[in-house]
Amino acid sequence: MLLRHTTNEVRERNALTVNPAKTCQPVGAMYCALGVHGCLPHSHGSQGCCSYHRSALTKHYKEPVMAATSSFTEGSSVFGGQANLLQAVETIFSVYDPEIIAVHSTCLSETIGDDLGQILAKARDEGKVPFGKHVLAASTPSYVGSHVTGYANMLESFVKYFAEKTNEKIRQVNLLSGWVEPSDMRELKRIMKMMKVRSVLLPDTSDVLDTPMTGKFEMYPKGGTTIAEIVSMGDSMETLGLGEWATQKAAIALDNQCKVPFDIIDIPVGLRATDRFIQALAKAGRVSVPESITEERGRLLDMITDMHQYVYGKRVAVYGDPDNIIPLIEFLVDIDMKPVYVVSGTPGKRFEKRMEEILKDRVPEAKYKNGPQADMFLMHQWIKKEPVDLIIGNTYGKYIARDENIPFVRMGFPILDRVGHSYFTTLGYVGGLRILEKILSVLMDKQDAIAPEEKFELTM
Amino acid sequence: MPKRFDYSQGLPNPIILREEILKKYPPKLAKKRAKAIVINDPDVEQEIMANVRTAPGIITQRGCTYAGCKGVVLGPTRDIINLVHGPIGCSFYAWLTRRNQTRPAEGEDNFMTYAFSTDMQDENIVFGGEAKLKEAVREAYEIFKPKAIGIFSTCPVGLIGDDVHSVARDMKAELGINIFGFSCEGYRGVSQSAGHHIANNGVFKNVVGLNDRPREGKFQVNLLGEYNIGGDAFEIERLFEEAGITLISTFSGNSTIKSMEYAHTADLNMVMCHRSINYIAEMMEEKYGIPWIKVSFVGAESTCKSLRKIADFFGDTELKAKVEEIIVREMAKVSAIKDEIKPRVEGKVAMMFVGGSRAHHYQDLFSELGIHVVSAGYEFAHRDDYEGRKVIPNIKIDADTRNIEELTVTKDEEHFRDDLVTKKAELVKLGYEFKNYDGMMPDMKKNSLVIDDVNHWETEKLIEFYKPDIFCAGIKEKYVVQKLGVPLKQLHSYDYGGPYTCFDGAVNFYLEMERMLATNIWKLIDAPWKNESELVGSLAIEQY
Repeated sequence: MLLRHTTNEVRERNALTVNPAKTCQPVGAMYCALGVHGCLPHSHGSQGCCSYHRSALTKHYKEPVMAATSSFTEGSSVFGGQANLLQAVETIFSVYDPEIIAVHSTCLSETIGDDLGQILAKARDEGKVPFGKHVLAASTPSYVGSHVTGYANMLESFVKYFAEKTNEKIRQVNLLSGWVEPSDMRELKRIMKMMKVRSVLLPDTSDVLDTPMTGKFEMYPKGGTTIAEIVSMGDSMETLGLGEWATQKAAIALDNQCKVPFDIIDIPVGLRATDRFIQALAKAGRVSVPESITEERGRLLDMITDMHQYVYGKRVAVYGDPDNIIPLIEFLVDIDMKPVYVVSGTPGKRFEKRMEEILKDRVPEAKYKNGPQADMFLMHQWIKKEPVDLIIGNTYGKYIARDENIPFVRMGFPILDRVGHSYFTTLGYVGGLRILEKILSVLMDKQDAIAPEEKFELTM
Repeated sequence: MPKRFDYSQGLPNPIILREEILKKYPPKLAKKRAKAIVINDPDVEQEIMANVRTAPGIITQRGCTYAGCKGVVLGPTRDIINLVHGPIGCSFYAWLTRRNQTRPAEGEDNFMTYAFSTDMQDENIVFGGEAKLKEAVREAYEIFKPKAIGIFSTCPVGLIGDDVHSVARDMKAELGINIFGFSCEGYRGVSQSAGHHIANNGVFKNVVGLNDRPREGKFQVNLLGEYNIGGDAFEIERLFEEAGITLISTFSGNSTIKSMEYAHTADLNMVMCHRSINYIAEMMEEKYGIPWIKVSFVGAESTCKSLRKIADFFGDTELKAKVEEIIVREMAKVSAIKDEIKPRVEGKVAMMFVGGSRAHHYQDLFSELGIHVVSAGYEFAHRDDYEGRKVIPNIKIDADTRNIEELTVTKDEEHFRDDLVTKKAELVKLGYEFKNYDGMMPDMKKNSLVIDDVNHWETEKLIEFYKPDIFCAGIKEKYVVQKLGVPLKQLHSYDYGGPYTCFDGAVNFYLEMERMLATNIWKLIDAPWKNESELVGSLAIEQY
């Protein structure tokens, strides 16, 4: 057994987290910053933070992930990290020449009280920021929230730093994306094109973390939201934030700063979240929904009804980030699956409320929990007590899946052991097809593997 | 594109490359980096700057002290709960990410598949985290009933004044199991290296010597600095078992805390990764009189050499004969495969920037295949790993090194092995080398470029200059280098392959080189229409 010490006896824990369903803020800030064109993320802390975050993102995307670090030592921890950051800004512009340096803090620099705003002002005063180049910062203490919080904080910093309101409104919609894959960002842009809604997507990691093999290395690939686009967000008609954990802060900042009204909706995962997204987009862009979108929806409905018998009543355990798993859970309920166990390490009171709304009537036996100690160990203990038919979450679930012989679908961050997430979307109706296909494949693979010979089916 | 050098006539002098690299840096940084980039001349004593701070802003390979302590040294030990005191990330990133394989018996403890953290929140930072740490230790004990718990400090812990050592002492008294702490905050040193040292100290102080297990074999040895990435230690274990050498404990691949407790009952310590583990070898010699030798099981020839060296130490005729029997048998297999593969990869060009010993060890495998190593360097090594241990007395102790505790070790009168001291003295007279490592530079060719703590900019320039056929480094470099059309072999994780130690491991590596170097896929990068003239056909659809 891989997890041989996990039993079904759940003991209340108040201090110990075991097998977390989250990680810390800076990696989110780093991922978000990679979705801005010409931007080099910078980690203001010990080297290990930057190294770990780059490694995690690299393993997930199998792509170069560039970021610099302030390389704190004992001295900087005692005397403050100002000297390190000033030197870093100078070195980065002379050696790596980005358009933007996006600095995020760490638990170390937060604990010693480094004021990033003040240090960067000093860098500008001392002429360390070349003309036309930018340095911005987000506070991302690792001991608050989770990786999603870091993403949200960096997203907020981008709009605060760049978005500008002029007197001319632009007939475009801002789309603030939650933490999704490059493939998903590509899909969002495709949908907006189909809807004929002019828009700015921020961040946009497509063509950054899914670049082609060309024999050349581009430190700043062609993708990413451009500075001009972010500046123009201040003049947009409306902002749509996809996922409240990741985008609400930035949407509010944009409203405060530039009076762009906003609407926060779920990431379009599955049927009804995509319905709401399409409707919100139609309303914000003042367009009607084209027939081609309705047809895509119909194709998803068609697959659901065709294959309903294989998913109906199946018990599912799901772990991941609130913005991503809330609409996923809703989709599972819509197709008559039973998401009985749900955990997310990311804190936030709204999670429980959303879970209750979705699960109360349809899956009253469901257990869900978020925040510290809402970890994969707890979820595994629940599974030990009463098993499930399917597990959905990041790569770490494979240990539970193997021990308990449960079909497993990889979704979320990080996925370290399979490819595809960078290229095949799980958003929109098309993404719904992909999710459903993956679920069906693992369930049917198991049926094929264990069915008695006389009950082995050719057609399913 | 300029043509590649003819490497058969020796290596080109890379002086222009070195200048071009340095030109890009601000003056102070250029001065510093100049000392870390050395054009090698094995006939001359050269000094390289190593184990110094990476300049802030540089895109480095290096990690932190915590990574060296928890991730590298203690991570591969299965029967201890490694509890990380800090915000969640540090524990999360060190969770199963290093491929340390382990083979627990049925019913034996194995906590390596778990991540344990106090998941510090802002109130713990403001009001202190000791109470939460104590509670977490209690919860871990009650749920998992481990025999040992290690507590690892992350960056904020030292800063807010949490004393993990006093918590460990209190909890040890309360729970009656072995509990000890490590002050391995990420910022403690300039790289992972500081963490190795801290881990060595902690294990030596709190574990080694706790159990005087009676002898179980005629030839008892410890293997130090082998972490069982991809099953490397399994290969070595198998060889030892066949030869009749009793492996007492490994620090720390496929290991248990239990076995480290009686590590002091060994007759000989063998050091694989000199950088990460020489401290404990030194301390065990001072305290128990156990001598140590440098070995390497990377490469078939190195394996033969190391096996013979062990046999020579014990001087036992039967053991020597057994070792020779194994060598003859295994080398016949290895040579057959090598002879088949070598013609397909010979003359290719490699460079490697990794770790604190791997960039040296792996050169042996490349040379067995006739592949030129034109440039190499370590990520976190010290001068002695480049220039040899003879330079240790001359290494300037800077503030960053002074931070790390140097244990005062005294002779353990009860357990001290005077017999081993005598044996050592006799062997030294015969020219046998103990506690020595000559480092990487004497083994490298003239004009090879040795670079410590190589960074992204230098990597790009190196590839442009040498146009290597293969580049060895880690995951962060992998896809950067491959986008440039050069295959990269990870020498930390082995790209999820391996093992590469001993004879079967060498064969695995030869086959891997054949796969990577003889493939045609890199030649297909350009689309067939790349050089065709552009056509605007009349069949084009207009609205697009």
